[in-house]
Amino acid sequence: MEKKFLKGNEAVAEAAILAGCRFFAGYPITPQNEIPEYMARRMPQVGGVFLQGESETASVCMVYGAAAMGKLAMTSSSGPGISLKAEGISTLAGAQLPAVIVNVMRGGPGLGTIQAAQSDYLHATKAMGHGGFRVLVLAPSTVQEAIDLTYKAFGLAVKYQNPAVVLMDGWIGSMMEPVTLPEAKEPVKNAYTGWGTRYYNPSGTDVDVVTSCLLEPDRQELLNIHFGEMYETWARDEVMAEEYMLGDAEYVIVAYGTAARAARTAIGSLREKGVKAGMLRPISLYPFPYDALKRLDKSRVRCILDTEMTLPVQMKDDIRLGVTDAIPVHSCGRSGGVVLTNEDIEDALLRIIEEEGK
Amino acid sequence: MDALYERPKSLTNRATAYCPGCLHGVATRLIAELIDELDARADTVAVLPVGCGTLGMFHFNTDIVVSPHGRTPAVATGVKRSAPEKLVFSYQGDGDLAAIGLAEIMHAANRGENFTVIFINNGTYGMTGGQMAPTTLVGQKSTTTPEGRNPAETGYPMMMCEILSQLRAPRYIARFSLDCPANVIQAKKGLRKSFELQRAGKGFTFVELLSNCPTNWGLSPLECLEWMRENTMKAFPLGVFRDRED
Amino acid sequence: MEKKITIAGFGGQGVMAIGQMLGYASCKAGGNALFLPKYGPEQRGGTANCTVTLADVEIGAPESRYVDTLIALNQPSLERFLGAVRPGGLVLLNSSLCRWTGGREDVKLAEIPADDIAREIGSPKVANIVVIGAYIGLSGVLTERQMLDAIEEKLGKRPELLEMNRLALKRGMESATPRT
Ligand SMILES: Cc1ncc(C[n+]2csc(CCOP(=O)(O)OP(=O)(O)O)c2C)c(N)n1
Ligand code: SF4
Ligand SMILES: [Mg+2]
Repeated sequence: MEKKFLKGNEAVAEAAILAGCRFFAGYPITPQNEIPEYMARRMPQVGGVFLQGESETASVCMVYGAAAMGKLAMTSSSGPGISLKAEGISTLAGAQLPAVIVNVMRGGPGLGTIQAAQSDYLHATKAMGHGGFRVLVLAPSTVQEAIDLTYKAFGLAVKYQNPAVVLMDGWIGSMMEPVTLPEAKEPVKNAYTGWGTRYYNPSGTDVDVVTSCLLEPDRQELLNIHFGEMYETWARDEVMAEEYMLGDAEYVIVAYGTAARAARTAIGSLREKGVKAGMLRPISLYPFPYDALKRLDKSRVRCILDTEMTLPVQMKDDIRLGVTDAIPVHSCGRSGGVVLTNEDIEDALLRIIEEEGK
Repeated sequence: MDALYERPKSLTNRATAYCPGCLHGVATRLIAELIDELDARADTVAVLPVGCGTLGMFHFNTDIVVSPHGRTPAVATGVKRSAPEKLVFSYQGDGDLAAIGLAEIMHAANRGENFTVIFINNGTYGMTGGQMAPTTLVGQKSTTTPEGRNPAETGYPMMMCEILSQLRAPRYIARFSLDCPANVIQAKKGLRKSFELQRAGKGFTFVELLSNCPTNWGLSPLECLEWMRENTMKAFPLGVFRDRED
Repeated sequence: MEKKITIAGFGGQGVMAIGQMLGYASCKAGGNALFLPKYGPEQRGGTANCTVTLADVEIGAPESRYVDTLIALNQPSLERFLGAVRPGGLVLLNSSLCRWTGGREDVKLAEIPADDIAREIGSPKVANIVVIGAYIGLSGVLTERQMLDAIEEKLGKRPELLEMNRLALKRGMESATPRT
């Protein structure tokens, strides 16, 4: 089958529709504008709803309302808008509703820059909002993977009745690559399984009480314990990572998304120079692939290079948890929207090797 | 023998979660009666705010979606657009609607969303203990205006019916009071009209209900009603502000 | 094979269209491609640039320090991106709007009077097709047939349009003059 040549943002939007998403609400912000623009054209064609909210706060709440009605729903934004959505995402999580949130990252903090960056790793993986909940975080590194992971994010969101985040950067959003699209799923009505009804209207048989407010501490604690157990399941069942040339690697680059692509090219030329470099590429950032790091041969791997499009790097603590300080972890990256090239990574690793030799 | 008084089917069978004498109870009951009368219990979605209105979770025997603070019209937009066949209303206090959620109410109204907003104006933040609300009257004391609301510092009460009437899209905008049976009957008529307009797909309908907060006003339920007549209802004239035929 | 090409010029010169069309043709011909437009305030000054990678292998870095080819459609673009061409790489100039002022001895240089040719053909709009012709003629990365297939699909099959584009592509392929 001939491949389509699609732009990342539009590909993500189409993938959502193919996954059965029939509700989208968003608010303009660069570099994700093609997602709402595409949805504005496409949703009416498939009998879905597109809304431009008056703010990110409002749009994510529109998604919450749609999800409460059993719709597969999505919103998208970039850094500053994701901050505003935090409230709604926390509400979705607390009310046990599925939804997909796409963050097309730019350079932060604050308004920062509109160019591509990976500024929101910590926000996405540690605290997408108040209250100590977690979301599944998937990080594509190609347009094809952006499609596949968006499609998968809906499945995971429904499976766990929890929001899932597709975390990509402005480059993946704006680049075009050859892709194949997955098959279209029939939209299904998601049955509400959250806990509101059992507490507020226990005898109600034909009604749902969709709420993130359990009011009573002991009930809320039970739910939080349930969430904790669910996150453990994710860590067991939903971890995704790619191991690239790790078999004999003495230097392991850990990178995700676009940074991992630059690393792949760097590894090619490092190997030509006789440097045994390889890469671990986390695809799910939450749950994080700690086990793949634990499995690294500590007698062979001389160091790890955490490579990110953000400074200071944000993934390093997770990497260190994985290798428990048995392997030194260095870092390199560019930030604020400055382009990270393969040469930047190659230079950084060669410098580290030179330092080692001294 | 016919029952003279029955619990509406759209209310759950439990004692009130609101404070004694609070008119939230009257508003909740009015809405439930009306849903019964329209035979709409199984088709209704109540979108509840953050505020004492959240306690409606205990009471409405209908589908319920609880919103983050102030985003109630945005949540209701998502609900109604996803399930146009449902009878959808948002139920919001003055803090929820006129302070933190001002953008959401203005834009839902401006889009002419086909749901009904029920606005409980009690001039205070009841749930959090009686702070100033956007509707607190000039001179009225609250925990954050201990000397009474001073317009030089905190502006004037926001008249939401009048403000929303500046917009073109809304279909019906009216203010009623819950202070006495006669006014309650009027309020119910306004609510019925709103629900019927919504069912006919006519667009945005908005009903403001002047209410009280015995707990934070520090008055007995009866004194509250007297106070409303002498103060609230003078500052917020009752009436229909918009009834636009197509 | 993997080739990185930066295309730069004024907005409205079809910078993005050239990059996209090359990427699209490679994709349609069964190869790989990555088109990366630059967005942001730098666009607003009236200049535009993009990088396209054409390959028959998996594509790693979307952007590297050096590219194989610079297609400069105007003078400021040449000055800005000349340093990014790898030694031995190609600089393709639109000589209707831009002239070589030296500065690199280690690159191949070729010129194409794209706007003049387009005017001769009868439509100033096809200047970007002329440029594409020049590039594939010089690099051999895509064949005339492959390119035409892509152009036909993206720009339409109307006979007079098709003929104009076919001519522009051919003239571009024939008229690019390498300078040494
Ligand atoms: C984002 C956010 N800010 C503040 C609060 C705390 N809060 C809960 S209820 C409330 C005010 C409610 O007042 P109103 O809307 O007038 O409702 P009432 O209780 O008077 O009916 C506030 C500020 C909150 N829950 N969420
Ligand atoms: S605090 Fe005030 S508004 Fe809330 S239930 Fe009690 S009396 Fe009613
Ligand atoms: Mg209030």
